[in-house]
Amino acid sequence: MSQATIEKGINAFKEQIDAPVAAFFSSCVSCGMCAEACLFYTETGDPKYTPIHKLEPLRRVWEQEYTLTGKIKKLFGLTEAVTDRMLSEWQELLYDSCTMCARCSMVCPVGNDIAYMVRKAREGMVASGNAPEGVRMASTRAVRIGSPMGVKLTSLQAQIRHIEADTGLTIPIDVEGAEYMALLSSMEIMNFPEYIGGLAKIFAHAGISWTLCSTAFEATNSGIQIGSSDIARELVQRVVDGAERLKVRAVISPECGHAYTAIRWEGPNLVGRRFTFKVIHILELLDQLRASGRIRTEGLERECMTFHDPCSLVRKGGVIESPRNLMNMVTENFVELEEHGKWGWCCGGGGGVSSNEEAAGLRHKAFRRKKEQLEASGADALVTACANCRLVMEEGFEGYRVEMPILGLTELVADHLVTEEGSGEPPEKR
Amino acid sequence: MSEPMDFLLLVRGTGFDVALTIFVIGVVLRLFEIFSLGRGVNLAEPRGREFGPGMRTILTRNVPDPHTFRRQPLTVVIGYLFHIGLLISLLLFVPHIELFKETFGFGWPGLATPIVDAAAVITIIALLAALWHRASNPVMRRITRAEDWLVWLATFLPMLTGYLAYHRMVDPYPLILGLHLLSVELLLVLFPFTKLMHTFTLFIARWYNGAMNGYRGVQS
Repeated sequence: MSQATIEKGINAFKEQIDAPVAAFFSSCVSCGMCAEACLFYTETGDPKYTPIHKLEPLRRVWEQEYTLTGKIKKLFGLTEAVTDRMLSEWQELLYDSCTMCARCSMVCPVGNDIAYMVRKAREGMVASGNAPEGVRMASTRAVRIGSPMGVKLTSLQAQIRHIEADTGLTIPIDVEGAEYMALLSSMEIMNFPEYIGGLAKIFAHAGISWTLCSTAFEATNSGIQIGSSDIARELVQRVVDGAERLKVRAVISPECGHAYTAIRWEGPNLVGRRFTFKVIHILELLDQLRASGRIRTEGLERECMTFHDPCSLVRKGGVIESPRNLMNMVTENFVELEEHGKWGWCCGGGGGVSSNEEAAGLRHKAFRRKKEQLEASGADALVTACANCRLVMEEGFEGYRVEMPILGLTELVADHLVTEEGSGEPPEKR
Repeated sequence: MSEPMDFLLLVRGTGFDVALTIFVIGVVLRLFEIFSLGRGVNLAEPRGREFGPGMRTILTRNVPDPHTFRRQPLTVVIGYLFHIGLLISLLLFVPHIELFKETFGFGWPGLATPIVDAAAVITIIALLAALWHRASNPVMRRITRAEDWLVWLATFLPMLTGYLAYHRMVDPYPLILGLHLLSVELLLVLFPFTKLMHTFTLFIARWYNGAMNGYRGVQS
């Protein structure tokens, strides 16, 4: 990347301002309702975490550059410039205390999509060199190594050997003409490889041809988290190249929420053209297979289980019903959290917050919201569909000494597949 | 007596024309400022539509999500009271309708004056409560800028002067009526260049929010 400067930052802000942004800033009446939707405010009570306040740098640039009154005020020296110092102060507000969960965007009375603007404001933060180090390092690793956690193909291959030994199934790599190309998140590869095993079992059961791609197995996109379209584009392009090389019909996004929004919703806009393949989230695919009878399960989990909606899947992704259908397929005592689906509360670690060490203390405080919500549900176990949420919540449970197992939904479905012999032997109950 | 009368004639005539012209040109300019920025074409395959969900969000954002309401009921209650009271005072007060009829040649039925009077009192109280809330609530204090106070004043003055004028609480009457008109003119002039614009732009903002989310299959 070229040298970051405040001028480049301001230019990046300017480039990001479009009609929706102008309509949003024109409409804000400083009512502060967005604060009540933000777990960083509700759990700290600190008004600086009010979502719209986090956008003050972008708002100033909009006012000074794109409104007549702002231009006149600027002419007479009546405006405050956006400075490097200001942006470094705002780093905490735009990164540490925002997961871009978009809950504020759901409650704003005048309809401001605040998360849409935070995503945009981060472009200016990167261009001016004000992104946090942890997220910056993750992006650098993603570009250089191919994974924000530094997971190389050899690490994946090593995990695959273990999984193949455990399941007795083959994990296909680089199979040209396969129907589906599955993407993974580094966290799944390193922390929850059972996800990959789950995929292999389900696809074998349903008779689906699939493959991983050696040049594009990573689905997460640090470019989107940090707010660099250049990096994001490069990472999406790898997936596009891989999918086109293998001539697959569709690419499967892993559970990971932001990976899904990256490839499904931002991807085509980043590379500047429509994809020649479909993008489908793993839960959407499983739900389709369920509906068409291609996956059959047996036995139900008896424990009381609840589901944590990854923000990027629901509010930003639109995958709302599929996880519920799947939960009902494998559990008999599924309880919803009081505020769920598009009203779910974030785990506190999305949008790059979990890779930002400086945010660790704040994230711990903010997690209390999720913890209390989960405790109020009375559930014995928690199911989710995002490796990052899962790890963040495991850490949160550790910190607050909560005893609650966390399961991945895909693995849970895989555990209940009717075995090939058709023995009808139900899996071991939890 | 001639001075207050001259003042009234001035604000009723030239003053009003100037204010209205600035208002209309200003609003058009501001809308142009917004729409001329445009919006990129979305190349991602849609899951839902834009138009319908956008229109729906315009309607649904009138009602707060119950959980958020419970966390901050005062903002919502005060907001409802003063907006509804303001609309009743502005649009259903018979002398206002008469003035409109004189200018544009058509009108609509108004409400009985005691009802409008009650609405005006509620609006004034709600606006004072809003001022107190803005000054005392830590979140609002953090995000309030000079413009927010100005906008409050610009909304409050026409209500106050209108109330004083109607009840003949200031003598001479032409003076207070003139001040009422002047305060409305101030509101009109400030309108396009301040947050008062939210009266129009909130429909645009809500539509964009609903449309962009609707495209992804989420009703926001």
